[in-house]
Amino acid sequence: MTRFADGGLIERSQQIPFNFDGRSYLGFSGDTLASALLANDVRLIGRSFKYHRPRGILTAGSEEPNALMTIGRGSQSDPNVRATMQELYRGLTSASQNRFPSLSFDLLAINDLMAPFFGAGFYYKTFMWPKLFWERVYEPLIRRAAGLGALSGAADEASYDKAYAHCDLLVIGAGPAGLMAATLAAKGGLDVILADEDFILGGRLNSERVEVDGKPAAEWAVDAVKALAAMPNVRLMPRTTITGAYDGGTYGALQWVSHHLAEREGLPLETFWRITSQRTILASGAIERPIAFADNDRPGVMMASALRTYANRFAVTPAKRLSIFTNNDDGYRTATDLAARGVEIACVVDTRTYAAVDGDFPVLKGAEVVGISGRRGLNAIVVRTASGTRRIATDCLGVSGGWNPSVHLSCHLNRHPVWNPDIVAFVATDDAVPGMLAAGAAAGGFSTHAAFQSGAAAAAILLRGLGRKVPRLPLPKSEDAPYVLTPFWHVQGGGKRAWLDFQNDVTTKDVKLAHQENFRSVEHMKRYTTLGMATDQGKTANIGAMAVMAELTGRVIADVGTTTYRPPYVPVALGALGAHGRDKGFAPERFIPSDALAREQGAPMVEAGLWYRPSWFPQSGDTHWRQSCDREVLMVRKTLGITDVSTLGKIDLQGPDAAEFLDRVYSNMMSSLPVGRIRYGLMLREDGMVMDDGTVARLDKTHFLITTTTAAAGQVMTHLDFCAQVLWPELDVNFISITDHWAQFAVAGPNSRVLLNDLCADKISNDTFPYMAAGEVSIGHLKARLFRLSFSGEHAYEIAVPARYGDALARELDRLAQQHHGGWYGMEALNVLRIEKGFVTHAEIHGRVTADDIGLGRMVSAKKDCIGKVASQRPGLSGQDREQLVGLKPVVAAGKLLGGAHLFNLGENPVRTNDQGYITSQCFSPTLGHSIAQAFLRNGRARTGEMVDVVDLLRGVKTTCEVCPPVFIDPEGRRLRG
Amino acid sequence: MRIDCPLCGCRDSREFHYRGTGKLMERPAADAGAEAFHDYIYMRENPAGVNCELWFHEMGCRAWLLVERDVSSHEFLSVRLAESVTRGKQ
Repeated sequence: MTRFADGGLIERSQQIPFNFDGRSYLGFSGDTLASALLANDVRLIGRSFKYHRPRGILTAGSEEPNALMTIGRGSQSDPNVRATMQELYRGLTSASQNRFPSLSFDLLAINDLMAPFFGAGFYYKTFMWPKLFWERVYEPLIRRAAGLGALSGAADEASYDKAYAHCDLLVIGAGPAGLMAATLAAKGGLDVILADEDFILGGRLNSERVEVDGKPAAEWAVDAVKALAAMPNVRLMPRTTITGAYDGGTYGALQWVSHHLAEREGLPLETFWRITSQRTILASGAIERPIAFADNDRPGVMMASALRTYANRFAVTPAKRLSIFTNNDDGYRTATDLAARGVEIACVVDTRTYAAVDGDFPVLKGAEVVGISGRRGLNAIVVRTASGTRRIATDCLGVSGGWNPSVHLSCHLNRHPVWNPDIVAFVATDDAVPGMLAAGAAAGGFSTHAAFQSGAAAAAILLRGLGRKVPRLPLPKSEDAPYVLTPFWHVQGGGKRAWLDFQNDVTTKDVKLAHQENFRSVEHMKRYTTLGMATDQGKTANIGAMAVMAELTGRVIADVGTTTYRPPYVPVALGALGAHGRDKGFAPERFIPSDALAREQGAPMVEAGLWYRPSWFPQSGDTHWRQSCDREVLMVRKTLGITDVSTLGKIDLQGPDAAEFLDRVYSNMMSSLPVGRIRYGLMLREDGMVMDDGTVARLDKTHFLITTTTAAAGQVMTHLDFCAQVLWPELDVNFISITDHWAQFAVAGPNSRVLLNDLCADKISNDTFPYMAAGEVSIGHLKARLFRLSFSGEHAYEIAVPARYGDALARELDRLAQQHHGGWYGMEALNVLRIEKGFVTHAEIHGRVTADDIGLGRMVSAKKDCIGKVASQRPGLSGQDREQLVGLKPVVAAGKLLGGAHLFNLGENPVRTNDQGYITSQCFSPTLGHSIAQAFLRNGRARTGEMVDVVDLLRGVKTTCEVCPPVFIDPEGRRLRG
Repeated sequence: MRIDCPLCGCRDSREFHYRGTGKLMERPAADAGAEAFHDYIYMRENPAGVNCELWFHEMGCRAWLLVERDVSSHEFLSVRLAESVTRGKQ
């Protein structure tokens, strides 16, 4: 065991069993999976992306490139989880990734020996031919060899949530700077949200052996967090990573709600927050950067600061005999802390000759680590000094190349960080995201004191900017050690590869190759080498690689610049982003008033937008939908049928100028419509194309009810809002959608009036209620609206009642219809009836047709202006060059017609240049006994009686048809008026 | 982005739909001719800076809004009810 006997922020009374690669281990409450594995002497935790090199844990934080695990099993499994962020829970099951057959013996480690062939750009240059191999051979091969964790292949069973929050101040990061800023701002009266990735707030206060106000730093942090938690204007959000900064003070945040729980019942796995904040303090800290040297990716080479975190916070050391490789004073702190814990310090290798710090351990100044021995676990380092090289036995090496402020979020609105030569790093510029200030290590202040001070200063600036007083709050007393470093990025010389990007297996050689092949801009270098890609986005890698490129091109890093930082800062599951947006959450269901009855009768439902409508009503003995459909069509033509048409858009318009308004939005005249009558209407878009058709009923002088098609209901409503508000606010008219408020049923067929006279108290006749009449009728005590309309060509009505009576009316209609050998008809029959009668739907008015194209040119009134009128009169939008609506019937009765088939002159080659038009709607007409279709045909109206070839090349069908008018039955309209 | 709706207050832009250029406010008179309508329907400025736009508060009060927005920074410089703007001209 490598766990110290005491200390750390772990609960030793709670032992937690967990599993890694099939073996059981024990950890403590408060452990991460990474700290628990180290405590169990597990050093080999994965294989690298490309070369399958053995890898160990590198860091103790969110930036971890190596320790990616698959947590859980089967459909519950979650790949690429950073072990450094995963809290331990009872029964946690974890598995290493990218290895076969096992972690310790990986067959694809052969890739490492082939490395000379596998450098950057290898894939681009090698897998070029034959083309046939791209998808069948190369891609499966590469995907198997190179990769991260795999998805389970089963549907994700976890639930996710989304949430919204608003605040005056968002503080990102709860280290010393963040705690200080949040405290001051909250005392100043601001609503504060304090978010941190970690499950314990305090940042590096929990990792360092320093004192604050005379107390151990971690204890001070606990008190500070307690005080914040007690304030009503503060929301603490641990386990929450701010993933992106967006316009208008909006931030994305990923909260791990139950990743740390063995029992997750009822809880979402993750919640994706959208936080809106007036001001922001970026106290995101800094990330320690590695130094590249030969074989520096071996298990046992770790970040020096991570060793401190494991020792001080988790009471774990992976080392019995530790060495440090550093270019700055901070490396000594790790040696001191671990020495105090009884770890033997073999050596501190300092690249600097002048270092002023020292400790009670051997120090080699002006020295470099040039080699490593131990493939699956370090056992010695080779150090080069002015006096030669020597081998030093050590089982762990802590590396410190200095610190990079975590500037990512400050760059998300496309601003770049600025180079600060004093700390040899990029820092955030204030207001790079409007309203955001950086504080603490994120702003380049690396001591605890600097963090407190800059956190307080940033909060004070923001308080004043928001017109608040700055409360008096003394700064806690803490260390203010100077940060002294000499830049040192990689060890020169030697034939072995030195790693820059651990996750993508990018070495200094790859950057040199990119340079050699002229991929010298950082953005090109990134894409050529894959540096900085994948789950860690190069958090430990990018700056080091830029330094190497700067060296090669003879520039300074500031001039090389950084690649673009984009959200998200950490990987975000699509499940979290799309929470509640899957299955029925993606497409909510709208049910018609007669939904229950239709389902009771066994009708299969078809989706129409969000609506569900019955397709047909099967009867016993039906073996094919066509049997049901044909029966329903003939039933309507012979006696009567009923169907639910509540999905049509219904808009109620009222006001003295309602008639004038309708004249302007419909192409035909509406103001001349008498009260109690209905008129068919056509709406155009301003560009002259048909937008929608429907009916206008005048209920009173200043009261109209218009209908739209089901498909265009929303579009028409928005259009009317535009016209009323933007174009003609002087018109006194108000309107509202009543689509959901009224249940409406069509009653169609020769016996429709008989049924209505059975149903209603008021008796109607052809004289009292002629075709296109509208009025009120009574059903018992209930007032209903009756419209004599037909979408079938038959004598028909639509009757409407408030939606809550819809089911009752449907059942009453059902009962009455049966008395006349009638019944329900579904969408299929409805469609056949309207094609037989030559009515159009959005299959015909699909956005590219004019009123003239569908034979309704006369409906654009010459007497008045309307939306789209001027544009519709442009040359080329009418006449013989246009494709016009026609009917088609096959010359041979059994001839097949298919939707989407194209029309050609008889005997002509069916190629695009000969195209004459296309079918928009087709069906089998049981009334006529053969297939019929509606089609657009070039100059079609003049070609009645002509023969055309109807060709569907996809399905290999060719049928010769006769062109006819689109109205197949009752062209004179006698049935309508009967 | 956030849009300060004059009726509802400052709201997330996802409550709104972008509905094209503010030029749509200027519908030509019925007798202005085909050229004027062609210009109204099809011709658009494409500035890398302040743009005049119509937004529709579809998931809110259903107000049409005339906004000035800097398309290079996404900053909203002004938000007005389109209805008030048209009335002001009449």
